[in-house]
Amino acid sequence: MAGLLTTAGPAITTLAQRSEKAEQELSAATKDAIPVTLHVNGQKHNLRIDPRTTLLDCLREHLHLTGSKKGCDHGQCGACTVHVNGRRMNSCLCLAAMYQGDEITTIEGVGQPGNLHPIQEAFVAHDAYQCGYCTCGQIMSAVALLSEPVGPEDAEVKEFMSGNICRCGAYQNIVEAIQSVRQSTNRQKAG
Amino acid sequence: MKIFELTRADDPRQAIAAAAKANTAQQGADIRFIAGGTNLVDYMKLNVETPRQLVDVNHLPFDKIEALPDGGLSIGAVVRNSDLAYHPIVRKNYAVLSEALLSGASPQLRNMATTAGNLLQRTRCMYFRDTAMPCNKREPGSGCAAITGVNRGLAILGTSEHCIASNPSDMNVALAALEATIHISGPKGERSVTIGDFHLLPGNTPNRETVLEPGDLITHVTLPPPSPGNRSLYLKLRDRASFEFALASAAVVITADGGKITRARVALGGVGTKPWRSMEAEGELTGQSATQAVFQKAAEAALRDAKPQSQNGFKVELAKRCLVHALKLVTQTA
Repeated sequence: MAGLLTTAGPAITTLAQRSEKAEQELSAATKDAIPVTLHVNGQKHNLRIDPRTTLLDCLREHLHLTGSKKGCDHGQCGACTVHVNGRRMNSCLCLAAMYQGDEITTIEGVGQPGNLHPIQEAFVAHDAYQCGYCTCGQIMSAVALLSEPVGPEDAEVKEFMSGNICRCGAYQNIVEAIQSVRQSTNRQKAG
Repeated sequence: MKIFELTRADDPRQAIAAAAKANTAQQGADIRFIAGGTNLVDYMKLNVETPRQLVDVNHLPFDKIEALPDGGLSIGAVVRNSDLAYHPIVRKNYAVLSEALLSGASPQLRNMATTAGNLLQRTRCMYFRDTAMPCNKREPGSGCAAITGVNRGLAILGTSEHCIASNPSDMNVALAALEATIHISGPKGERSVTIGDFHLLPGNTPNRETVLEPGDLITHVTLPPPSPGNRSLYLKLRDRASFEFALASAAVVITADGGKITRARVALGGVGTKPWRSMEAEGELTGQSATQAVFQKAAEAALRDAKPQSQNGFKVELAKRCLVHALKLVTQTA
């Protein structure tokens, strides 16, 4: 057994060592932490975070709002889309400490089971997802799109949804879901 | 990401004083202004940018778009790309700018990205983005991996033996065709620089991308009054229909009178190491009839000095066709 351990390449970190390392990392993080106040979904949160913490990581890891997803972490996939003062943004490229005083809305603030946003209902009705990983970002973009200067055509919707990538390829049903809400809103306005 | 100190400027003088202590100017500097963060935070995550201090400039009073008494337009440094693209004066008088902005990035990114940030947007060259690779822009003297590597998306105009990185911005191409002026406030006072003089060719110092000095803060950009009766257009060609950088693009601002071109401004994107104004093309167009043959001569003139690399030879023809088509479209509607 001893022989096996010595020939097994780089030493495996023991649990005791690991906990010591984690402690050191934690204290390093605490050393650099800064106080931050964020307003999320109508609630005020006082936190201490490392200045490197992105809004996405802050929402997920500190506030446990895990609806916003991490896909690429570089602003290319849109899975992390949230609203800041009503405008959609990639939360993975936001440093959380820079958004104090702003009103942040996540998918959890858009609707809940039993009280869904019309876009959420339409995504269910039109089967606008497969695995669901990108869906929260898609919905956050779709909700924002409703108040953006987007023309009536499907092509316009596709252009305005191009910041949200779906690996399953649910695009056609996503466009249908969004258009159904836009058309029913227009009908209500006309009525 | 390396740790940094996050600070916030409530007054331009504070921002300038803080950044004046940096060793180099903005790009790659140890003290960096941050606004939208779409480019900077991305590069900080890749350790391409490793500032020790960030100065948040979002709260400075540079968020206005204002009509100027001379008929021109003043655009604040932290105006968001989406607000600029949809501004009624921009749509009416500077359509090429609105179209260029809306052809760039995604709605989420356009809601974050700012005027000054876009001016300082850094290249997408994969060797610049990868700290394991040599890159003269990121690490002067380390070499250029792109010249013998994957260079399909890189520049064919304004390159040097040290760097062939393309400027990725769409907005800058429109600003070049509109002859914008960049207004800078710095430790030595205020100055203004034309867009043509703002970005530097890579030459021997590809790490220096603009004329900015440590402490220099872009406050706003001005556009001259629109030339009476002009039509403008931005045409962007890329690998996919949306959310992609240009392989070649053309910004054209044309005034025509009875089928004759009286004034022409032309800039190309996706092909230059900086936003590529082509006075050669403008010379071929001015005083000539708006015909395919004239457009073709202008395109030949614009690309005459092109130096394609191993994988981007197609850009020479693509850029020519892009410019010819843009000129055709803009004069059809004139």
